[in-house]
Amino acid sequence: MTGRLIPREAGIHPPLFTPTYKTSVLRSPERALISFDSSPSEETGPTFGHMKLGALDNDLLLNYARPGTSAIGERIIVHGRLLDENNRPIPNALIEIWQANAGGRYRHKKDGYLAALDPDFGGCGRTITGEDGSYAFRTVKPGAYPWPNGPNEWRPAHIHFSIFGHSFGQRLISQMYFEGDPLIARCPIAQTIPDKAALDRLVAALDMGETKPMDAIAYRFDIVLRGHRQTHFENRPEGL
Amino acid sequence: MVQKFDKPILTPSQTAGPYVHIGLAPEACGIEDVPFETLGREIAGPEAKGDRIKITCRVVDGGDLPLRDCLVETWQADAAGIYPGQEGADPAVSGFGRMPADFTTGEIIFETIKPGAIALSGDRKTPPHISFWIFARGINHGLHTRMYFPEDDLSGDPLLARIEHRDRIATMVAEATGPGEYRFDIRLQGAGETVFFDI
Ligand SMILES: [Fe+2]
Repeated sequence: MTGRLIPREAGIHPPLFTPTYKTSVLRSPERALISFDSSPSEETGPTFGHMKLGALDNDLLLNYARPGTSAIGERIIVHGRLLDENNRPIPNALIEIWQANAGGRYRHKKDGYLAALDPDFGGCGRTITGEDGSYAFRTVKPGAYPWPNGPNEWRPAHIHFSIFGHSFGQRLISQMYFEGDPLIARCPIAQTIPDKAALDRLVAALDMGETKPMDAIAYRFDIVLRGHRQTHFENRPEGL
Repeated sequence: MVQKFDKPILTPSQTAGPYVHIGLAPEACGIEDVPFETLGREIAGPEAKGDRIKITCRVVDGGDLPLRDCLVETWQADAAGIYPGQEGADPAVSGFGRMPADFTTGEIIFETIKPGAIALSGDRKTPPHISFWIFARGINHGLHTRMYFPEDDLSGDPLLARIEHRDRIATMVAEATGPGEYRFDIRLQGAGETVFFDI
Protein backbone atom coordinates (compact mmCIF):
# COMPACT_ATOMS: atom_id res chain seq x y z
CA MET A 1 0.00 0.00 0.00
CA THR A 2 1.31 3.40 -0.91
CA GLY A 3 -1.12 5.76 0.77
CA ARG A 4 -4.07 7.89 -0.18
CA LEU A 5 -4.57 8.49 -3.87
CA ILE A 6 -4.81 12.07 -5.07
CA PRO A 7 -8.35 12.64 -6.38
CA ARG A 8 -8.60 12.69 -10.16
CA GLU A 9 -8.39 16.21 -11.48
CA ALA A 10 -11.65 17.35 -13.05
CA GLY A 11 -11.73 18.08 -16.77
CA ILE A 12 -8.85 15.83 -17.82
CA HIS A 13 -10.62 12.54 -18.48
CA PRO A 14 -13.49 12.53 -20.97
CA PRO A 15 -17.02 12.59 -19.62
CA LEU A 16 -18.82 9.26 -19.91
CA PHE A 17 -21.78 10.57 -21.93
CA THR A 18 -20.48 11.94 -25.25
CA PRO A 19 -23.22 11.80 -27.91
CA THR A 20 -20.86 12.49 -30.81
CA TYR A 21 -19.26 9.14 -29.93
CA LYS A 22 -22.53 7.29 -30.36
CA THR A 23 -21.78 4.03 -28.55
CA SER A 24 -21.32 5.98 -25.32
CA VAL A 25 -24.98 7.03 -25.33
CA LEU A 26 -26.34 3.74 -23.92
CA ARG A 27 -23.17 2.76 -22.09
CA SER A 28 -22.77 5.75 -19.79
CA PRO A 29 -24.24 6.03 -16.29
CA GLU A 30 -26.83 8.77 -15.79
CA ARG A 31 -26.25 9.06 -12.08
CA ALA A 32 -23.23 10.91 -10.74
CA LEU A 33 -20.25 8.81 -9.70
CA ILE A 34 -19.90 8.54 -5.93
CA SER A 35 -16.67 10.23 -4.83
CA PHE A 36 -14.78 8.95 -1.84
CA ASP A 37 -11.29 8.94 -0.39
CA SER A 38 -9.32 5.87 -1.34
CA SER A 39 -9.13 2.87 0.98
CA PRO A 40 -6.91 -0.24 0.97
CA SER A 41 -9.10 -1.72 -1.78
CA GLU A 42 -7.93 1.01 -4.19
CA GLU A 43 -4.49 1.71 -2.70
CA THR A 44 -3.32 -1.85 -3.26
CA GLY A 45 -3.27 -3.47 -6.66
CA PRO A 46 -1.87 -6.29 -8.75
CA THR A 47 1.85 -6.11 -9.47
CA PHE A 48 3.59 -7.73 -12.37
CA GLY A 49 7.25 -6.83 -11.78
CA HIS A 50 8.08 -10.48 -11.08
CA MET A 51 6.48 -11.68 -14.32
CA LYS A 52 8.74 -13.44 -16.79
CA LEU A 53 8.28 -11.84 -20.17
CA GLY A 54 9.27 -13.31 -23.50
CA ALA A 55 12.20 -11.68 -25.28
CA LEU A 56 9.92 -10.44 -28.08
CA ASP A 57 6.93 -9.41 -25.98
CA ASN A 58 7.65 -5.72 -26.63
CA ASP A 59 8.70 -6.23 -30.24
CA LEU A 60 5.61 -6.29 -32.46
CA LEU A 61 7.80 -6.29 -35.57
CA LEU A 62 8.88 -9.82 -34.72
CA ASN A 63 6.58 -11.35 -32.10
CA TYR A 64 4.07 -12.70 -34.61
CA ALA A 65 6.34 -12.88 -37.66
CA ARG A 66 7.45 -16.05 -39.36
CA PRO A 67 11.13 -16.81 -38.86
CA GLY A 68 13.34 -14.65 -41.03
CA THR A 69 10.76 -11.99 -41.77
CA SER A 70 9.03 -9.09 -40.00
CA ALA A 71 5.80 -7.12 -40.07
CA ILE A 72 5.09 -4.87 -43.05
CA GLY A 73 4.92 -1.12 -42.52
CA GLU A 74 6.78 1.92 -41.31
CA ARG A 75 9.15 0.68 -38.59
CA ILE A 76 8.83 2.71 -35.41
CA ILE A 77 10.02 2.76 -31.82
CA VAL A 78 7.57 4.02 -29.19
CA HIS A 79 9.24 4.83 -25.91
CA GLY A 80 8.84 7.02 -22.88
CA ARG A 81 8.48 7.02 -19.13
CA LEU A 82 5.69 6.11 -16.78
CA LEU A 83 5.39 8.77 -14.08
CA ASP A 84 2.93 9.78 -11.42
CA GLU A 85 1.58 13.28 -11.08
CA ASN A 86 4.26 14.05 -8.47
CA ASN A 87 6.81 13.48 -11.26
CA ARG A 88 8.02 10.27 -9.68
CA PRO A 89 8.86 7.35 -11.98
CA ILE A 90 6.69 4.24 -11.61
CA PRO A 91 9.01 1.22 -11.91
CA ASN A 92 8.08 -2.46 -12.41
CA ALA A 93 4.69 -1.61 -13.88
CA LEU A 94 2.93 -3.47 -16.67
CA ILE A 95 2.16 -1.70 -19.96
CA GLU A 96 0.22 -3.60 -22.63
CA ILE A 97 -0.51 -2.33 -26.13
CA TRP A 98 -2.59 -3.38 -29.12
CA GLN A 99 -3.02 -1.84 -32.54
CA ALA A 100 -4.07 -2.25 -36.15
CA ASN A 101 -1.51 -3.20 -38.77
CA ALA A 102 0.00 -0.73 -41.22
CA GLY A 103 -3.12 -0.96 -43.39
CA GLY A 104 -5.49 -0.17 -40.52
CA ARG A 105 -6.73 -3.75 -40.06
CA TYR A 106 -6.98 -5.49 -36.71
CA ARG A 107 -6.32 -9.18 -36.21
CA HIS A 108 -9.71 -9.65 -34.57
CA LYS A 109 -12.67 -11.76 -35.63
CA LYS A 110 -14.98 -8.73 -35.38
CA ASP A 111 -12.92 -6.54 -37.74
CA GLY A 112 -14.22 -6.82 -41.28
CA TYR A 113 -12.36 -3.87 -42.84
CA LEU A 114 -11.29 -4.66 -46.40
CA ALA A 115 -7.62 -3.82 -45.79
CA ALA A 116 -5.50 -6.97 -45.76
CA LEU A 117 -4.21 -8.78 -42.72
CA ASP A 118 -0.45 -9.03 -42.49
CA PRO A 119 0.49 -12.66 -41.84
CA ASP A 120 3.53 -11.46 -39.91
CA PHE A 121 1.76 -9.02 -37.60
CA GLY A 122 -0.32 -9.92 -34.54
CA GLY A 123 -0.76 -6.48 -33.03
CA CYS A 124 -0.15 -6.93 -29.31
CA GLY A 125 2.78 -6.35 -27.01
CA ARG A 126 3.64 -5.84 -23.39
CA THR A 127 6.51 -4.72 -21.22
CA ILE A 128 7.47 -3.89 -17.64
CA THR A 129 8.84 -0.43 -16.84
CA GLY A 130 12.43 -0.07 -15.66
CA GLU A 131 13.63 1.45 -12.39
CA ASP A 132 13.36 4.92 -13.93
CA GLY A 133 9.86 4.23 -15.28
CA SER A 134 11.16 3.84 -18.83
CA TYR A 135 9.65 1.52 -21.41
CA ALA A 136 9.97 0.89 -25.15
CA PHE A 137 8.16 -0.98 -27.90
CA ARG A 138 9.14 -1.65 -31.48
CA THR A 139 6.30 -1.94 -33.98
CA VAL A 140 4.91 -0.62 -37.25
CA LYS A 141 2.99 2.63 -37.48
CA PRO A 142 -0.68 1.61 -37.55
CA GLY A 143 -2.88 2.78 -40.43
CA ALA A 144 -5.94 4.98 -40.05
CA TYR A 145 -9.18 3.03 -40.40
CA PRO A 146 -12.85 3.78 -41.01
CA TRP A 147 -15.54 3.05 -38.44
CA PRO A 148 -19.31 3.27 -38.56
CA ASN A 149 -19.90 6.06 -36.04
CA GLY A 150 -20.81 8.49 -38.82
CA PRO A 151 -21.12 8.10 -42.59
CA ASN A 152 -17.44 8.86 -43.26
CA GLU A 153 -15.48 8.67 -40.05
CA TRP A 154 -11.83 7.64 -39.74
CA ARG A 155 -9.80 6.95 -36.67
CA PRO A 156 -6.43 8.67 -36.62
CA ALA A 157 -3.48 6.30 -36.41
CA HIS A 158 -3.32 5.17 -32.78
CA ILE A 159 -1.93 2.57 -30.42
CA HIS A 160 -4.10 1.38 -27.53
CA PHE A 161 -2.36 1.42 -24.15
CA SER A 162 -3.33 -0.43 -20.96
CA ILE A 163 -1.41 0.73 -17.91
CA PHE A 164 -1.13 -0.48 -14.34
CA GLY A 165 0.47 1.58 -11.64
CA HIS A 166 0.88 -0.04 -8.24
CA SER A 167 -2.69 0.62 -7.06
CA PHE A 168 -5.98 -0.60 -8.51
CA GLY A 169 -7.16 3.01 -8.33
CA GLN A 170 -4.45 4.05 -10.79
CA ARG A 171 -5.65 1.70 -13.52
CA LEU A 172 -5.86 3.39 -16.93
CA ILE A 173 -6.63 2.53 -20.54
CA SER A 174 -5.95 5.09 -23.23
CA GLN A 175 -4.76 5.62 -26.78
CA MET A 176 -1.62 7.18 -28.21
CA TYR A 177 -1.79 9.34 -31.32
CA PHE A 178 0.97 10.58 -33.61
CA GLU A 179 2.29 14.11 -34.00
CA GLY A 180 0.86 15.95 -36.99
CA ASP A 181 -2.08 13.66 -37.76
CA PRO A 182 -4.92 15.78 -39.23
CA LEU A 183 -7.50 13.13 -38.28
CA ILE A 184 -7.07 13.78 -34.54
CA ALA A 185 -9.05 17.01 -34.78
CA ARG A 186 -11.84 15.18 -36.63
CA CYS A 187 -12.03 12.12 -34.40
CA PRO A 188 -15.09 11.89 -32.12
CA ILE A 189 -13.20 9.59 -29.73
CA ALA A 190 -10.12 11.81 -29.39
CA GLN A 191 -12.44 14.79 -29.10
CA THR A 192 -14.26 13.31 -26.09
CA ILE A 193 -11.39 14.87 -24.13
CA PRO A 194 -12.59 18.37 -23.30
CA ASP A 195 -9.24 19.98 -22.60
CA LYS A 196 -6.86 20.70 -25.48
CA ALA A 197 -3.75 20.41 -23.30
CA ALA A 198 -4.98 17.04 -21.99
CA LEU A 199 -5.53 15.75 -25.52
CA ASP A 200 -2.03 16.94 -26.44
CA ARG A 201 -0.79 14.63 -23.69
CA LEU A 202 -1.94 11.69 -25.88
CA VAL A 203 -0.02 12.83 -28.95
CA ALA A 204 3.42 11.27 -29.17
CA ALA A 205 6.19 13.51 -30.46
CA LEU A 206 8.62 12.61 -33.19
CA ASP A 207 11.93 11.94 -31.44
CA MET A 208 14.87 12.23 -33.80
CA GLY A 209 17.29 11.68 -30.91
CA GLU A 210 16.12 8.10 -30.41
CA THR A 211 15.46 7.47 -34.10
CA LYS A 212 17.79 4.79 -35.43
CA PRO A 213 19.33 5.85 -38.74
CA MET A 214 18.47 3.49 -41.59
CA ASP A 215 16.25 1.48 -39.23
CA ALA A 216 13.28 2.94 -37.29
CA ILE A 217 11.68 6.31 -36.48
CA ALA A 218 11.15 6.99 -32.78
CA TYR A 219 8.16 8.59 -31.06
CA ARG A 220 8.21 9.63 -27.45
CA PHE A 221 5.16 9.04 -25.27
CA ASP A 222 5.33 9.76 -21.54
CA ILE A 223 2.43 8.52 -19.44
CA VAL A 224 1.28 10.18 -16.21
CA LEU A 225 -0.91 8.34 -13.70
CA ARG A 226 -2.50 9.77 -10.61
CA GLY A 227 -0.21 9.79 -7.59
CA HIS A 228 -0.36 9.37 -3.85
CA ARG A 229 -0.62 12.16 -1.35
CA GLN A 230 2.28 12.85 0.93
CA THR A 231 1.16 12.03 4.43
CA HIS A 232 1.57 15.37 6.21
CA PHE A 233 -1.08 15.79 8.86
CA GLU A 234 -3.14 12.86 7.65
CA ASN A 235 -6.47 12.31 9.36
CA ARG A 236 -8.70 9.38 8.67
CA PRO A 237 -11.90 10.72 10.18
CA GLU A 238 -14.19 7.96 9.04
CA GLY A 239 -11.88 5.24 10.21
CA LEU A 240 -10.61 4.36 6.74
CA MET B 1 3.34 35.98 -9.64
CA VAL B 2 3.87 32.96 -7.45
CA GLN B 3 6.35 30.13 -7.41
CA LYS B 4 5.47 27.63 -10.08
CA PHE B 5 5.37 23.97 -9.34
CA ASP B 6 5.91 21.64 -12.18
CA LYS B 7 2.89 19.37 -12.07
CA PRO B 8 2.40 17.28 -15.18
CA ILE B 9 -1.00 16.83 -16.80
CA LEU B 10 -2.50 13.39 -16.21
CA THR B 11 -2.75 11.09 -19.19
CA PRO B 12 -6.46 11.18 -20.07
CA SER B 13 -8.45 8.02 -20.58
CA GLN B 14 -9.79 6.80 -23.92
CA THR B 15 -12.17 3.96 -24.65
CA ALA B 16 -10.69 0.48 -24.91
CA GLY B 17 -12.61 0.11 -28.20
CA PRO B 18 -13.99 -3.05 -29.80
CA TYR B 19 -10.64 -4.73 -30.39
CA VAL B 20 -9.43 -4.67 -26.80
CA HIS B 21 -9.17 -8.46 -26.81
CA ILE B 22 -6.13 -8.37 -29.08
CA GLY B 23 -4.11 -6.81 -26.32
CA LEU B 24 -5.75 -8.06 -23.16
CA ALA B 25 -7.45 -11.36 -23.98
CA PRO B 26 -5.93 -12.49 -27.29
CA GLU B 27 -7.25 -16.04 -27.31
CA ALA B 28 -10.81 -14.71 -27.08
CA CYS B 29 -10.75 -13.01 -30.48
CA GLY B 30 -9.48 -15.62 -32.88
CA ILE B 31 -5.75 -14.94 -32.72
CA GLU B 32 -3.96 -18.20 -33.29
CA ASP B 33 -0.52 -18.80 -31.81
CA VAL B 34 -1.01 -15.98 -29.33
CA PRO B 35 2.35 -14.54 -28.33
CA PHE B 36 1.29 -14.68 -24.66
CA GLU B 37 -1.78 -15.74 -22.74
CA THR B 38 -4.36 -13.64 -20.94
CA LEU B 39 -3.36 -12.45 -17.48
CA GLY B 40 -5.64 -12.73 -14.49
CA ARG B 41 -7.09 -16.15 -15.27
CA GLU B 42 -6.38 -17.51 -11.81
CA ILE B 43 -7.50 -15.29 -8.97
CA ALA B 44 -7.05 -17.91 -6.27
CA GLY B 45 -4.99 -21.04 -6.85
CA PRO B 46 -6.00 -24.50 -5.63
CA GLU B 47 -4.00 -24.00 -2.43
CA ALA B 48 -5.77 -20.78 -1.50
CA LYS B 49 -7.48 -20.69 1.89
CA GLY B 50 -11.14 -19.81 2.10
CA ASP B 51 -14.51 -20.74 0.62
CA ARG B 52 -14.46 -21.29 -3.09
CA ILE B 53 -17.12 -19.33 -4.96
CA LYS B 54 -18.33 -18.96 -8.51
CA ILE B 55 -19.65 -15.67 -9.86
CA THR B 56 -21.66 -15.17 -13.03
CA CYS B 57 -21.89 -11.59 -14.27
CA ARG B 58 -23.35 -9.59 -17.07
CA VAL B 59 -22.86 -5.96 -17.93
CA VAL B 60 -26.10 -4.52 -19.34
CA ASP B 61 -26.51 -1.26 -21.28
CA GLY B 62 -29.28 1.34 -21.08
CA GLY B 63 -31.25 -0.54 -23.75
CA ASP B 64 -31.22 -3.72 -21.66
CA LEU B 65 -28.72 -5.45 -23.92
CA PRO B 66 -25.81 -7.35 -22.37
CA LEU B 67 -22.43 -6.09 -23.52
CA ARG B 68 -20.73 -8.84 -25.46
CA ASP B 69 -17.54 -6.93 -26.11
CA CYS B 70 -16.61 -5.74 -22.63
CA LEU B 71 -13.89 -6.88 -20.29
CA VAL B 72 -14.03 -6.91 -16.54
CA GLU B 73 -11.09 -6.77 -14.17
CA THR B 74 -11.43 -7.67 -10.52
CA TRP B 75 -9.27 -7.09 -7.46
CA GLN B 76 -9.83 -8.66 -4.07
CA ALA B 77 -8.27 -9.61 -0.76
CA ASP B 78 -7.56 -13.12 0.52
CA ALA B 79 -9.82 -14.98 2.95
CA ALA B 80 -8.31 -13.07 5.87
CA GLY B 81 -8.99 -9.70 4.24
CA ILE B 82 -5.33 -9.11 3.34
CA TYR B 83 -4.51 -7.87 -0.14
CA PRO B 84 -1.76 -9.52 -2.15
CA GLY B 85 1.43 -7.54 -1.61
CA GLN B 86 0.50 -6.74 1.99
CA GLU B 87 2.25 -8.47 4.84
CA GLY B 88 0.86 -11.89 5.66
CA ALA B 89 -1.13 -12.27 2.43
CA ASP B 90 -2.00 -15.79 1.26
CA PRO B 91 0.63 -16.57 -1.41
CA ALA B 92 -1.87 -18.69 -3.35
CA VAL B 93 -4.11 -15.68 -3.99
CA SER B 94 -3.18 -13.37 -6.89
CA GLY B 95 -6.31 -11.30 -6.22
CA PHE B 96 -6.47 -10.12 -9.82
CA GLY B 97 -8.94 -11.33 -12.43
CA ARG B 98 -9.41 -10.31 -16.06
CA MET B 99 -12.35 -11.77 -17.94
CA PRO B 100 -13.81 -11.02 -21.38
CA ALA B 101 -17.57 -11.32 -21.82
CA ASP B 102 -18.74 -14.21 -23.95
CA PHE B 103 -19.12 -13.01 -27.53
CA THR B 104 -22.59 -14.58 -27.80
CA THR B 105 -24.20 -14.33 -24.38
CA GLY B 106 -22.26 -11.54 -22.70
CA GLU B 107 -21.76 -13.75 -19.66
CA ILE B 108 -18.65 -13.55 -17.54
CA ILE B 109 -18.09 -16.52 -15.25
CA PHE B 110 -15.21 -16.79 -12.83
CA GLU B 111 -14.14 -18.70 -9.76
CA THR B 112 -12.30 -17.42 -6.76
CA ILE B 113 -12.41 -17.52 -2.97
CA LYS B 114 -14.59 -15.28 -0.87
CA PRO B 115 -12.47 -12.42 0.46
CA GLY B 116 -12.45 -11.52 4.14
CA ALA B 117 -13.50 -8.21 5.63
CA ILE B 118 -10.89 -5.50 5.12
CA ALA B 119 -9.39 -3.88 8.23
CA LEU B 120 -9.48 -0.10 8.29
CA SER B 121 -7.76 2.08 10.88
CA GLY B 122 -9.09 1.77 14.40
CA ASP B 123 -11.20 -1.35 14.76
CA ARG B 124 -13.45 -0.72 11.77
CA LYS B 125 -13.81 -3.07 8.86
CA THR B 126 -15.21 -2.94 5.37
CA PRO B 127 -17.40 -5.97 4.66
CA PRO B 128 -16.05 -8.49 2.12
CA HIS B 129 -16.18 -7.20 -1.42
CA ILE B 130 -14.60 -7.58 -4.82
CA SER B 131 -13.63 -4.44 -6.75
CA PHE B 132 -14.71 -4.37 -10.39
CA TRP B 133 -13.34 -2.28 -13.23
CA ILE B 134 -15.37 -2.43 -16.45
CA PHE B 135 -14.18 -1.28 -19.83
CA ALA B 136 -15.44 -1.61 -23.40
CA ARG B 137 -16.20 0.19 -26.61
CA GLY B 138 -18.38 3.17 -25.73
CA ILE B 139 -17.01 3.51 -22.19
CA ASN B 140 -14.73 6.54 -22.14
CA HIS B 141 -13.26 5.86 -18.74
CA GLY B 142 -13.15 2.50 -16.92
CA LEU B 143 -16.10 2.13 -14.55
CA HIS B 144 -15.33 1.20 -10.97
CA THR B 145 -17.77 -0.56 -8.68
CA ARG B 146 -17.80 -3.18 -5.95
CA MET B 147 -19.61 -6.44 -5.49
CA TYR B 148 -20.74 -7.23 -1.95
CA PHE B 149 -22.23 -10.50 -0.67
CA PRO B 150 -25.91 -10.96 0.25
CA GLU B 151 -25.15 -12.89 3.45
CA ASP B 152 -23.08 -10.08 5.02
CA ASP B 153 -24.06 -7.17 7.24
CA LEU B 154 -23.16 -4.08 5.24
CA SER B 155 -24.14 -1.52 7.85
CA GLY B 156 -20.61 -0.68 9.06
CA ASP B 157 -19.12 0.17 5.69
CA PRO B 158 -18.05 3.85 5.59
CA LEU B 159 -18.16 3.91 1.80
CA LEU B 160 -21.72 2.60 1.63
CA ALA B 161 -22.67 5.02 4.40
CA ARG B 162 -21.88 7.79 1.90
CA ILE B 163 -24.63 6.75 -0.48
CA GLU B 164 -27.62 8.98 0.08
CA HIS B 165 -30.15 6.93 -1.90
CA ARG B 166 -30.06 3.81 0.25
CA ASP B 167 -32.01 1.70 -2.23
CA ARG B 168 -29.06 1.94 -4.62
CA ILE B 169 -26.85 -0.16 -2.34
CA ALA B 170 -28.69 -3.26 -3.53
CA THR B 171 -27.21 -2.69 -7.00
CA MET B 172 -23.82 -3.69 -5.59
CA VAL B 173 -25.00 -6.83 -3.80
CA ALA B 174 -24.77 -10.14 -5.63
CA GLU B 175 -27.65 -12.58 -5.65
CA ALA B 176 -27.06 -16.05 -4.18
CA THR B 177 -28.05 -18.66 -6.75
CA GLY B 178 -26.77 -21.81 -5.03
CA PRO B 179 -24.17 -22.97 -2.54
CA GLY B 180 -21.10 -20.83 -3.22
CA GLU B 181 -22.69 -19.44 -6.37
CA TYR B 182 -23.60 -15.85 -7.07
CA ARG B 183 -25.02 -13.76 -9.84
CA PHE B 184 -23.99 -10.13 -10.27
CA ASP B 185 -25.51 -7.96 -12.98
CA ILE B 186 -23.97 -4.57 -13.61
CA ARG B 187 -26.40 -2.05 -15.12
CA LEU B 188 -24.66 0.81 -16.84
CA GLN B 189 -27.68 3.07 -17.19
CA GLY B 190 -31.32 3.62 -16.31
CA ALA B 191 -33.53 1.68 -13.90
CA GLY B 192 -31.45 -0.16 -11.34
CA GLU B 193 -28.28 1.57 -12.49
CA THR B 194 -25.28 0.21 -10.59
CA VAL B 195 -23.44 2.57 -8.28
CA PHE B 196 -20.11 3.59 -9.78
CA PHE B 197 -17.34 5.29 -7.90
CA ASP B 198 -14.72 7.92 -8.37
CA ILE B 199 -12.25 6.84 -5.71
FE1 LIG C 1 -8.39 1.20 -32.36
